[in-house]
Amino acid sequence: MTQKQTVFSLIVGFVIFFFVLNLIRKRKLREEYSWLWFLMAIIVFILISWYGLLEKISTLIGARVVTSALFIFAILFLIALSIQFSVEISELSRKVKNLSQELSIQKAKKRKSRKK
Amino acid sequence: MKITVIIPAYNEEKNIEGVIKGVKRIMKRVETVVVNDGSSDRTEEKALRAGATVVNHVFNMGYGVALQTGYKYALRRGADFIVQMDGDGQHRPEDLPGLLKPVVKGKVDLAIGSRFLGRCSYKIPLVRRLGMRLFGKFASVITKRKVTDPTSGFQAMNRKVLEFFTKDHYPVDYPDADVLILLYLQGFKTVEVPVTMEANVEGKSMHHGILKPMYYIFKMTLSIFMTFIRDKIIEQ
Repeated sequence: MTQKQTVFSLIVGFVIFFFVLNLIRKRKLREEYSWLWFLMAIIVFILISWYGLLEKISTLIGARVVTSALFIFAILFLIALSIQFSVEISELSRKVKNLSQELSIQKAKKRKSRKK
Repeated sequence: MKITVIIPAYNEEKNIEGVIKGVKRIMKRVETVVVNDGSSDRTEEKALRAGATVVNHVFNMGYGVALQTGYKYALRRGADFIVQMDGDGQHRPEDLPGLLKPVVKGKVDLAIGSRFLGRCSYKIPLVRRLGMRLFGKFASVITKRKVTDPTSGFQAMNRKVLEFFTKDHYPVDYPDADVLILLYLQGFKTVEVPVTMEANVEGKSMHHGILKPMYYIFKMTLSIFMTFIRDKIIEQ
């Protein structure tokens, strides 16, 4: 990895790390949804500081150049993130459904008791 | 003995009044609950005028969610038995007593009105017919009992099934053959009863277009598979 690439990767890692940290501080992002982002930032730091590991991983997955390996991991990360979002959306949909049903039932009960 | 008739309705201002009046004519002492699934027309007004209890969804959430809202409401109101029927006039109130009979007598937990054992006065679109046949076969093999009409929304059930359907494992996204399999695996007894189904006035269906039937087939296949393996895991 060239010096330029290392510096660029380090900047990207730091920016993401502190951006996520700041979002949590401002309560715009909840801790429970931040772990995947932190994990990504940590992995970026490890791979930059331990170039040998990146080379070993590249050989292991059959990538000819380390940048290909990095791209593959970036895509895998985005897939993981999308799956996490889908899981969260499913859970939120279930909660919205139950909440709306409860609201509808309570309104109907109130109207019925008013009629009596 | 308290019987509740649940009618999920979405933009059914043309048919809902007739359906409710029909139910009241056939069964005098039942509570009719219309779950108005965020209709933009006068469904609520017409249902209230016909003497039904109306449970309004704040926004449209789909047929399965509307049904489950009805189950939850009926359960809290202390219903012993419920019948669910469509608000578009497809299901005839005249079939209500026959559908309820095996459930009230305690022979089964759930009775399903089958248009193929009875009479169907309209032509079912090809994709839907294929889906019905495919999932009917699936359900028949798994439940070891002939299922002719897995998509029928005309059903009568006892309180045990009602309680079961109010939980989160009820598949609110197109409840269909997967529900029959789920009930079988949970040890509930079901039976099909012949009924007559009319073409609805508007001629619309939940599974119209091209994408919706395709999604329906995908969802049902996945849901049946999941229902099956989930239960196997619990058994182990």
